[in-house]
Amino acid sequence: MTEEAYQVNLEGFEGPLDLLLHLIRESKVDIYDIPISRITEQYLRYLDLMRELNLDVAGEFLVMAATLTMIKSRTLLPDPEPEGEEEEDPRDRLVRQLLDYERFRQAAEGLGELKATRALLWERGGDAAPESTEYEVESTLFDLIGAFQELLERADAGEFHQVAVSRMSIQEKMTEVMDRLSQLPRQRLEGLAGVCRNRSEVVVLFLAILELVRVHAIRIRQRRTLGRIWVVRSVQEESDEG
Amino acid sequence: MKADLPEGLFEALLFSAEGPIPRERFLELLQEEEIPPEEAEGILDGFLERFPRRVDGGTIVVEVAGGYQLCTRPELHDWIRRLRTRKETIRLSRAAMETLAIVAYKQPVITPEIERIRGVRSGPVLRTLMERGLIRVLGRMDVPGKPLMYGTTEQFLLHFGLRDLASLPTLTEIQDLYGADEIAQVGGDDAPPALSE
Repeated sequence: MTEEAYQVNLEGFEGPLDLLLHLIRESKVDIYDIPISRITEQYLRYLDLMRELNLDVAGEFLVMAATLTMIKSRTLLPDPEPEGEEEEDPRDRLVRQLLDYERFRQAAEGLGELKATRALLWERGGDAAPESTEYEVESTLFDLIGAFQELLERADAGEFHQVAVSRMSIQEKMTEVMDRLSQLPRQRLEGLAGVCRNRSEVVVLFLAILELVRVHAIRIRQRRTLGRIWVVRSVQEESDEG
Repeated sequence: MKADLPEGLFEALLFSAEGPIPRERFLELLQEEEIPPEEAEGILDGFLERFPRRVDGGTIVVEVAGGYQLCTRPELHDWIRRLRTRKETIRLSRAAMETLAIVAYKQPVITPEIERIRGVRSGPVLRTLMERGLIRVLGRMDVPGKPLMYGTTEQFLLHFGLRDLASLPTLTEIQDLYGADEIAQVGGDDAPPALSE
């Protein structure tokens, strides 16, 4: 993980220039004739929002706020010497900076397209994927918790018939799960839970599965988000479409 | 002379290597067989011309990072990705792509210049790009402070399917500030860049 991954961006803004371009585009104004008061106001509102959300407002955003405010005040002041040489519009420097940035942002998009085109070509080397991952996504912990919530509710309903309370350790449950997967390496979660006799056993199963995932003995898969959860033994031949 | 070369020679040579083979290497091999340079060039070009036209072939030769590489046809992508896992997928954030673009087009480039363009600190992103092997330090600039100069690597060319730096898509020119009526709005046209041609 890089530092980058933890950097919080408001709505994905990379920096003040990015935010400014967004505001200019959103309000559909001409970049060569930026209504500086309006844009400055919008910009400052964003900064307020960032503070409200407790985001760390990076120094660069504040520097830009100061620049905008300064440009705004300069455009509001009457020109003291109208007969003087043609003065540069105070916005020019900023516009040039924005255009330059925009140019490289487009270049970055261009690189992205090149990368996508190249990704269609495969060179030699590398192994065949150990199992078909095509239609599957790795389930998140939240999916798993959701599934177990349902299982628990079901277990609650059935507990009525329960007579003997058996205590199974997590270790025993792990062994049981692996045993069953050695017969059929890919099973539905409900199937594995089917043998659970009571609520506490479902909980034990949940913990056992978490532990097995942690040690990479199994994987938890779904065909799609919110789909049915499959428990798959890690080292195995690709099982078919099923 | 062509008759002296075994059938399927170039394909086999390309197949034997995972990475691109420079054109010069092929020519050297042919010259070792006492084939004169011009003729060697002709033989190689003939192969490169014919190879992608085979009707039943699943591979093509691409020119990348200063050499030729055997790759599967793009139309077969959907099939191959079911079988294969990418050896390493380099996922890059938007910040990283922006920074990489600046390095690619402006190399040799120093950190302050990158930060001037992006308007944000870029040290960590540069480090990430270095770790992924996409950029490298080219040396130090001969100005006070001797800042490091960055440039792209061969890995960069491979990853983006570029023959060389000259085949990067042309950067949109900065419009003359007041002479660009037709491009009043930013980000209007984004014509896809031509692939290494």
